[in-house]
Amino acid sequence: MRILFSFIAVLALVLIAYAGVKTANLQFLFGVVVPYAAIALFICGFIYRVVKWGSSPVPFCIPTTRGQQKSLPWIAQNKLGNPSNTMEVIGRMFLEVFLFRSLFLNTKTEMTSSNRVVYGSEKFLWLASITFHYTFLIVLLRHTEFFVPTAPFFLDIIKSVDGFFEIGLPRLFLTGAVLLASTAYLFARRLYIPQVRYISLAADYFPLVLIIGIAITGMLMRYVYLTDLVSVKVLALGLLSFKPVIPEGIGPIFYVHLFLVSVLLAYFPLSKLMHMGGVFLSPTLNMANDSRMTRHINPWNYPVHVHTYEEYEDDFREKMIGAGIPVEKEGVVNGK
Amino acid sequence: MKIYNGGKIFIGLLVFAVLAASPFIFNMGKSKTAEKPDIRIDTPEILKLEDKKCVAPREQMRATHMKVLDSWRDAVVRNDDRSPVLVSGRQYDKSLQNGCMKCHSNKEEFCDKCHAYVEVKPTCWECHIEPKEKKS
Repeated sequence: MRILFSFIAVLALVLIAYAGVKTANLQFLFGVVVPYAAIALFICGFIYRVVKWGSSPVPFCIPTTRGQQKSLPWIAQNKLGNPSNTMEVIGRMFLEVFLFRSLFLNTKTEMTSSNRVVYGSEKFLWLASITFHYTFLIVLLRHTEFFVPTAPFFLDIIKSVDGFFEIGLPRLFLTGAVLLASTAYLFARRLYIPQVRYISLAADYFPLVLIIGIAITGMLMRYVYLTDLVSVKVLALGLLSFKPVIPEGIGPIFYVHLFLVSVLLAYFPLSKLMHMGGVFLSPTLNMANDSRMTRHINPWNYPVHVHTYEEYEDDFREKMIGAGIPVEKEGVVNGK
Repeated sequence: MKIYNGGKIFIGLLVFAVLAASPFIFNMGKSKTAEKPDIRIDTPEILKLEDKKCVAPREQMRATHMKVLDSWRDAVVRNDDRSPVLVSGRQYDKSLQNGCMKCHSNKEEFCDKCHAYVEVKPTCWECHIEPKEKKS
């Protein structure tokens, strides 16, 4: 059901955009209004979510510790697994954000036929994730040819490496194919591993199906149902310079692609995709394990009224002396 | 509302906002670029024609002319099939220079304008010899 829901949702989005453009001629809605709304939602929603996280106090010092913490000088510290200062935290964060280290070190648990639990290395999740994220980034950078009037310096390099094998015409960009393959793997993984399937929700399937839909419509437009690129760029630059125009001769598949991307942008701040900002605000990752050097004050702490022993003795000194109880400050009356 | 680590979060959000808005920033004050490049089909050969038609309708040629050229290349170079293409009673050589550019002899005004606009760099002139145009 959760899987079917995601498929039906994405299919409905495709049909809405296709029918809207093909039969109702709503080019202005799908080409101008929806993209603007989506970009506004994306940027404002993203900032809202991050500010909300930033305003949540972290009660404890809770970094995840992977390896030996800083201890006596002759005990080697695992600096990137168990950072004790800001520089080491930055090092660990870099490895996490750019190389997905925690996924790389991920292990799998399996029960053998003789009912023994065994643990093993599991690199495919890491491989599919990292190829998916980086190919998505490259595909996005490749799209800058539509976003800016003159191409940025990296565009030629990316396109020549990406289309290196010159397969077909327009030549195949490898990142597009790898993007599709890795998202397909990530989706199939959720279906075929029983434990993962059990914990997967519609919110896990939907973004994957949506991204697969974006990749498929994009590749269809590039390789099969070619559309007039000049008109597409006129539309894109019109949007980006706040002088929107709807040129003639853009096929409905372009509007489907654009609508799916708009939905992804608008959905982004509402969903698990916010891990893009969230990874930096994750206390288990961005805190240094220095609780033996610095006291972590819980910002939640309610200001408790404390009655110290000194105050207690000041209050009851005479009665204590009268009862023969030893006091710390003798000969002092009422605290003076 | 108190923001913990406000400075760092502000810098992070600033980087995000600038990156997310960068396509808008790069397009600021460049209203002219949104205009469609104006390609010219007023070469002497085309002006001589009574019905100004190419091998396929204009919309189709705009989107898929590279596929036409690719199939001609395959036919001529790989299958040795140089038979001319017949479209509505007119014959066209399966050739870039003797077919397409017989009429569209203005490479700079016809080919290059759009290719430059959409940042496409076709590999035609890696094998073919680039025509020398007379500067008028």
